[in-house]
Amino acid sequence: MCLAIPGKIVEIDAHNAQLAVVDVVGVRRKVDLGLLQEESVHPGDWVLIHVGFAMSKISETDAADQMRTLMILGESEAAMQEVQGYGLENENDDSLGRGPVS
Amino acid sequence: MATPVSKIKFREPQIEMAHGAGGKASRRLVEGLFAPLLFGASQGPLGDAAHIQINGTRIAMTTDSFVVNPLRFPGGSIGELAINGTVNDLAVSGARAEAIVVTYVLEAGLPTEILEAEVRAMAKAAEEAGVRIAGGDTKVVEHGKADRMYVTTTGIGRLIPGVAISPDSVKPGDKILLSGPIGDHGITILLARGELDLEAEIQSDTRSVFPLVQSLVQASSGGVRWMRDPTRGGVATSLNELARDCGRGIVLFEEKIPVRDAVRGACELLGLDPLHIANEGQFLAVVAADQADAALDALRHAPGGEEAVVIGEVRDEPAGSVLVTTLYGGGRLVDMLVGDPLPRIC
Amino acid sequence: MKYVDEFRAPELIGRAGEEIRKLADPRRHYRIMEVCGGHTHAIYRFGLKDLLPENVELIHGPGCPVCVLPMGRIDDGLSLTAKPEFIFAAFGDMMRVPGTHGSPLEYKARGMDVRIVYSPADALKLARMNPDKHVVFFAIGFETTAPSTALTIIRAKSEGLPNFSIFCNHVTIIPAIRAILDSPDMRLDGFVGPGHVSTVIGCRPYEWIAQDAGKPVVVSGFEPLDILQSIVMLLRQLRNGEAKVENQYKRVVPWEGNRAALRAMAEVFELRPYFEWRGLGFISQSALKIRSVYGEWDSEQRFTVPGVRVTDPKAAQCGEVLKGVLKPSQCKLFGRECTPEQPIGALMVSSEGSCAAHYNYSQHRPITIASAAAV
Repeated sequence: MCLAIPGKIVEIDAHNAQLAVVDVVGVRRKVDLGLLQEESVHPGDWVLIHVGFAMSKISETDAADQMRTLMILGESEAAMQEVQGYGLENENDDSLGRGPVS
Repeated sequence: MATPVSKIKFREPQIEMAHGAGGKASRRLVEGLFAPLLFGASQGPLGDAAHIQINGTRIAMTTDSFVVNPLRFPGGSIGELAINGTVNDLAVSGARAEAIVVTYVLEAGLPTEILEAEVRAMAKAAEEAGVRIAGGDTKVVEHGKADRMYVTTTGIGRLIPGVAISPDSVKPGDKILLSGPIGDHGITILLARGELDLEAEIQSDTRSVFPLVQSLVQASSGGVRWMRDPTRGGVATSLNELARDCGRGIVLFEEKIPVRDAVRGACELLGLDPLHIANEGQFLAVVAADQADAALDALRHAPGGEEAVVIGEVRDEPAGSVLVTTLYGGGRLVDMLVGDPLPRIC
Repeated sequence: MKYVDEFRAPELIGRAGEEIRKLADPRRHYRIMEVCGGHTHAIYRFGLKDLLPENVELIHGPGCPVCVLPMGRIDDGLSLTAKPEFIFAAFGDMMRVPGTHGSPLEYKARGMDVRIVYSPADALKLARMNPDKHVVFFAIGFETTAPSTALTIIRAKSEGLPNFSIFCNHVTIIPAIRAILDSPDMRLDGFVGPGHVSTVIGCRPYEWIAQDAGKPVVVSGFEPLDILQSIVMLLRQLRNGEAKVENQYKRVVPWEGNRAALRAMAEVFELRPYFEWRGLGFISQSALKIRSVYGEWDSEQRFTVPGVRVTDPKAAQCGEVLKGVLKPSQCKLFGRECTPEQPIGALMVSSEGSCAAHYNYSQHRPITIASAAAV
């Protein structure tokens, strides 16, 4: 099963910091945080879950940026150029290492 | 007089779990082995209950067995299922349940307090459903041969006046009504097994749907064409059977199908489709287009029917199949359940 | 559902479709491959093909780990565990995949102890709970899943768990893409890159596709808007004569990948010199095996595995469909001898297989939004 879905960290296990309880629209599951050792994870964070392991933190900023980009689809080329100038589509602008390292 | 015997079409060398799952394999077994040998050539499409004529009186009769694991789960237990399941089979065939007989197959070593709890649950469910438990039988088998207990209930009932249900009467344009959210029972059982590290606030929807069926029939004056309670195999299996039996297409609108958040979440996590998950307290009804509004209104005003909704309609195409459309215009065919993702749920 | 619903917004999907129609040059015929089985499934499930113009064609790639597993490996796993002292554990997707003598579910019906697990950690738990049996976890998957298996092996070793081992069938995605590009039958314009594999390996491993083979790659998420936006980005590159790697799935995929995951994989696995892929033949350095330092938790090092090579049934054209050379409906057995209920090949069993997706989702005429709303 290669499904990966987003879930919200509800609590970190008191006895084992590598385990967390994650909520997916009201369903709670224990998830292993062992693959996220390079990032700090807190309750309230959203993670991508695959076969019981958290694979990546979900960036709220990047998700919002993407929605903005999608919403201006279909508008004029000029508007697109203007938006590009703001760096929303710029791969070099990233807080979580989502673009190429220049 | 001997029943004429038709040819056996069931060719599989052994019985698999899938043959009891309520989907395609179950249908092959019933239609290919049981029907030809037991029902003969006179049998029409197989329904939830049989309608029998005795000296001019028509009665409905049905039977169901319950092999649930675990016996108790949030929202109910095998006892409630055993009564409500049979009451509901009679209800969706257009009959009010009058009397039920019960068979218990018990495993030696079963603690008496567990049996007593289930018998109490059955008595309570029968009282709530207004049905009399008229008798029964008990057998005990060796330890290891019956997974605690198996229960079978057989019920008879009287047909509700004014109801004439048949897949043949289903026409393009008819609307498909669903009494409430789907998937609750199957997911509850799956989580109750405790094999997955999943927790959620979900409980089985087991209940008698007879009062809702009655409200529906009273409001629709003859416009109810077909009904079914989508148990094992879910809504998809029930509607596929209808599509096959009436030769029409069934189109469902995905965004109209009610699924509780927690059920949806569990299905996403496990890669399951709510349309294939068992329900124990819901029913589907096909209603003539010009009476669908009144029918839906009556259901919504009846206790327990507040979440009833029209989920689709009958069309000419895709003939014999069920199509689920999405808001983006795309569509997917949904087949009967194949295999058995959730064994021993009801 | 947050991070899901907003990427399914119908109005935005409509706009993305419009943008694609504007960008697609009517004089060109675009052939875009989506590598990953999860994308194939999403494309069918959300009816995305219906939203694309005629000249933008999506070709299904081989990124379905169940589909590329040769039957011989399934036979090996089952023959190893078809003894009373073993438990065979695998993901649900594996359960109905046919081996020569039956699928895992059929073996279960004949009395073998077969369990569905949703995580390799569940298999480890099974071993702890059944100390008198040996649990073999039949591991499959690309780089998305391999790190979880690796971490599970590391944990098994630190616990010194004696009754647990992995039958490892993990494969890597880059050699498969290379094999597609090397294939003379294929002419492709660009790739929709595998989003979840990339959470582990990052976006750098695709740079040779853009630089050497001159094809644009857009690493994509799995919601309808993700896939459509990725196609928009590919068409823009093609219009501008560009070929570079872009990350559409930024909210989840880090450009450099997941270092902890890559470290766990490097610690536990090494590359097999070669491995057989259904339909693609033997590919070198394309699959993972467990290092000897973790040999006690490798079913192949601990037990003798027959290693029989089994060829597909002659009439089945799984290989051609996997490479994208044939569409599922063009295989002679499709929908007749081979259906989801009686599958001949794994492409009809796996929920990510293109044959299963085509069978379940494609056999109807498109219905307009107008008629769908009229209830």
